[in-house]
Amino acid sequence: MNAFAGSIDRPSSYIGRSVSRPNAKRLLEGRGRYVTDLVLPRMLHAAFVRSPYAHGKIVSIDIEEAKALSGVCAVFTGEDLASICAPWTGTLGHFSNMKSLPQVPLPLGKVMWSGQPVVLIVADSRAIAEDAAELVIVDIEELPALADPVQAMSAAAMSQELGDNICFATKLDSGGVEEALDAADTTVEQSFVFGRHTAVTLEPRAIVADYDPSENRLTAHHATQTPYQFQDIYSRHYDIPEANVRVIAPDIGGSFGMKLHVYHEEMAVVGASILLGRPIKYVADRMESFVSDIHARDHRVTGRLALDRDGRITAMDVDDVTAIGAFSSYPRTSAVEGNQVIRLMGAPYDFSSYRANLSVVFQNKVQTSQYRAVGHPIACAVTECLVDAAARELSLDPFEIRERNLIPDSSYPRTSPTGYQFEKLSHQVCLARLKSIMNYDALRAEQAGLRQKGILRGIGIALFVEITNPSPAFYGVGGARISAQDGAILKLTPSGEVHCSISVTEQGQGTETIIGQIVADQLGIDREKVRVMTGDTDTTPHGGATWACRGAGIGGETALQAARKLKANLLAVAGLILQAQPGELDIRADWIVETVTGQQRISLAEVARIAFFRSDTLPPETQAQLSVVHHYAPQGYPFAFTNGAQGCLVEVDAETGFVKILKHWVVEDCGRIINPLLVDEQVRGGVVQGLGAAFFEECLYNEEGQLTNGSLADYLVPMACEMPDIEISHVETPTRDTELGAKGCGEAGTAAASAAAMNAVNDALAGHGAVLTQIPMTPTRILKALGTI
Amino acid sequence: MKARAFDYMRPKCVQEALEAFVSADGDASYIAGGQSLVPALALRLQAPGLLIDIARLDELRGLSIADGHLRIGATTRHCEILGSDLVREHAPLLAKAAPFVAHPAIRNKGTFGGSLALADPASEFPAMTLALDAIIEIASVEGSRRVGAGDFFIDLYETALQPGELITAVYVSLATAKTRTAFDELARRRGDYAIVGAGIDAEMQGDFVERMRIAFLSVGSTPVRVGAVEAALTGRQLTPQAIRQAQDVLGTELDPVGDEHTPPEMRRHLARVLLGRLLGRLEANV
Ligand SMILES: Cc1cc2nc3c(=O)[nH]c(=O)nc-3n(C[C@H](O)[C@H](O)[C@H](O)COP(=O)(O)OP(=O)(O)OC[C@H]3O[C@@H](n4cnc5c(N)ncnc54)[C@H](O)[C@@H]3O)c2cc1C
Repeated sequence: MNAFAGSIDRPSSYIGRSVSRPNAKRLLEGRGRYVTDLVLPRMLHAAFVRSPYAHGKIVSIDIEEAKALSGVCAVFTGEDLASICAPWTGTLGHFSNMKSLPQVPLPLGKVMWSGQPVVLIVADSRAIAEDAAELVIVDIEELPALADPVQAMSAAAMSQELGDNICFATKLDSGGVEEALDAADTTVEQSFVFGRHTAVTLEPRAIVADYDPSENRLTAHHATQTPYQFQDIYSRHYDIPEANVRVIAPDIGGSFGMKLHVYHEEMAVVGASILLGRPIKYVADRMESFVSDIHARDHRVTGRLALDRDGRITAMDVDDVTAIGAFSSYPRTSAVEGNQVIRLMGAPYDFSSYRANLSVVFQNKVQTSQYRAVGHPIACAVTECLVDAAARELSLDPFEIRERNLIPDSSYPRTSPTGYQFEKLSHQVCLARLKSIMNYDALRAEQAGLRQKGILRGIGIALFVEITNPSPAFYGVGGARISAQDGAILKLTPSGEVHCSISVTEQGQGTETIIGQIVADQLGIDREKVRVMTGDTDTTPHGGATWACRGAGIGGETALQAARKLKANLLAVAGLILQAQPGELDIRADWIVETVTGQQRISLAEVARIAFFRSDTLPPETQAQLSVVHHYAPQGYPFAFTNGAQGCLVEVDAETGFVKILKHWVVEDCGRIINPLLVDEQVRGGVVQGLGAAFFEECLYNEEGQLTNGSLADYLVPMACEMPDIEISHVETPTRDTELGAKGCGEAGTAAASAAAMNAVNDALAGHGAVLTQIPMTPTRILKALGTI
Repeated sequence: MKARAFDYMRPKCVQEALEAFVSADGDASYIAGGQSLVPALALRLQAPGLLIDIARLDELRGLSIADGHLRIGATTRHCEILGSDLVREHAPLLAKAAPFVAHPAIRNKGTFGGSLALADPASEFPAMTLALDAIIEIASVEGSRRVGAGDFFIDLYETALQPGELITAVYVSLATAKTRTAFDELARRRGDYAIVGAGIDAEMQGDFVERMRIAFLSVGSTPVRVGAVEAALTGRQLTPQAIRQAQDVLGTELDPVGDEHTPPEMRRHLARVLLGRLLGRLEANV
């Protein structure tokens, strides 16, 4: 396929151009409309009483005083909502033998993590609801909490129904690993700890649920990236016909995967609105976000690499224990992260013997689940740290050992030992590009010079593979009602503009901008004349929305094909008006032109005017089709894999353990680039999240399962002052599965930044007998590794 | 995170503020910049019935030279300290510490008096008033009194202030030609409360230390003066050997606490490193 080739110098050619985001000015001016801004008539406000214990039996709940407080409308506990809400269970059919307890909005007998909502109060204002929350008396008999993931493997089941604490376990074995390890000239082994962190979106989770009993209709204004998924869930779990459920996701202040999971609070608020027949608003405050938003990562990994005497990898063997909290999340489960960890290990390298063991375990903490770059940073860090360890062992330069082991760019298509099919990747080009933009040899010379003066600089690199454009192989095959396709409606206005409503959604990354670019480009009209609308299940077709990396690759292809369809219709009408063959006409800069000469014949606005208001002047039986609906589902490869390479330069103060991140480089290949500016910013944002994981972000728990740093004063997100300049370079290998050729880029930055940072720190500390295999790499951990404290 | 309901008043003078507190039977709180109080209200850690807003009282404002001292009105904002020529000239240690206090938005509101009254052991200004041996002027309905910084900080968030008392001003002795100062801290991110920080105010005759006051932040339940270290250095030259000895003395003098990010031994170690670096700067007079 791949008939598409954007020629960037045409007047309305936008694909490949760095145009700014039409919604940026509105948001900057403070005119964004977030769920929090919404005020509806008769609206009530929700607050929750939460469990102070990580595990316990609910003995009694006394809500009388709270109910009696002036301004309180209702107080709900577990039974009230369980009676109208079907429970949900976070398992998927293609993860065999996976288990998790059924969940209900508010607990019926037991609390399973500290911060779990127990009682819902609905009042005239949030402040009154919080006043009432102080009056609720919840008597909980504390039970021992499972807080340590490794202990959870063998400890008594935290719930009898489960039998043990294993949510899901699986193995991969391509064969030959044992033999390769025996025959290896060099083996390296390291054990890693990856802490928990969380999304910390600027806008917290928020919902206004508005149930109208007269029509049995639910409207949920919901800060989510997946409105269609929630339409389905509210419909099924509250038994309302799907067509009667409308989910509107207005402006969303960041999501990163966090806002696509089902949360107890949102489900409870929907239930309360159904019971009361009034709109109810719930906005998580920051303290609530820390104890109820999904967390991410939390892995203990041991990895081994076998190499021959030339430094060629012969086998890899890994074991991952990942702890997910008390429940597997719904509807996407909490097993996808671990599954991707073990399948992405070693992905850039050319070897065939691979073995992996995955254990996904429960513990008494808030759920972990999909967050930007699901599983990627773990697989990348383990692989890349082991490769660097091998390089040190063999006295090879980090670039050299990778050059020897990369899958050659000329050898695609390929299937990885873990079963992933790679259409075409560009590791060799990316690695060479990275070396040149880093000015690697000069950096090494500078490093050596500074080392003489006692200044410890470290250079680290990491290669990655990213999963994008997921087909139904991701969730659909497992029985989840999560769409891999998208749909778009394009409508011509009587003034000759185009309105596009599409099922991919916007959370700040620029989805609407690129969709507008593609539509304008394909139709040959000015970008200002395309209006893009997203995030409303009543006015856009059903689709996958935002998850994994799919907005450009799948949403973009949907828009492209829809625009081509509309263009054909418009040229047909124009042909009738001009008495010309549509095949000899084109649209350029809002005009119908003769394709060959470029001669302007009639403006698109005039075509629209005639078609809408003077259809009597068109030949009899003409029915001009001025709107089109088009759906597109990915076919061909189950996923479009992308790849890239990152470099990181740090300076470690060996006396204090403080690290200054001096510079970061990224070379990435996301196929066809629609808007370089937006791709760069996606990559930068992703890198910052990866560096956050490497140096700052960690949800710390004590032995009782209490989160001890659940505020923005104690949980450290990376800030501008600590972040380096991030230089980005692109390689373009379009996928041939689509006309557009775009793959995803949103997770590329996050995938490898922490791995590059770990390798940089360990490079700086080389010769000091310290190797860090735990992130975040805090000053304390660095000084401990050095033996200073 | 919504505060419980409270009443609010903006008195016209200090006397009215003091009387309002008494009339509220103690169920009141002064509010200055609100940068510490408002978060505490929102988290419902505090829920006074009445807020008495002192931020606009003229009597509490301003920086001036009075009686051979630099007078810092209680409601002088952090940003004013940071931008003041008077402070730079007469209390250089404060000028050096000011950029490390929080972020611009907070410095625009937070006040010097509020910071002292709160007495967060991780705050820069309380520790620096200790290093400067400043005098704190306190008003109550009974009248005015003065307390030396050394007697002001009693325990975690506990000071010599009695309920209803108001800090009105702080007096700092003027720097002389012999004054040398140094401040630094180790914070994970710019503007964060530091893991450890320290300021030194010294009088030096050539290379010799005539007088030295050193105060640490974030190493205990109050800001901490390290008398044994000061004594070990007074009358001596700041040689590498003297500095090493001072670091050893510090190691035995400090008894820091740990938190979720930092064990006590880490804090002690960093305090020693920081002391060494600051003394090195004093010696080099940079
Ligand atoms: C995000 C953030 C980061 C921060 N980082 C730092 C930092 O790095 N370093 C640092 O030092 N501080 C930091 N702060 C705190 C800031 O400096 C506060 O402004 C300061 O601690 C209190 O000053 P205030 O005027 O805001 O006091 P308020 O919040 O108004 O009051 C605090 C307390 O002091 C009492 N009070 C105020 N003025 C007086 C007075 N004149 N007499 C008697 N009692 C009084 C009040 O009743 C209240 O109990 C930070 C604050 C925030 C929100």
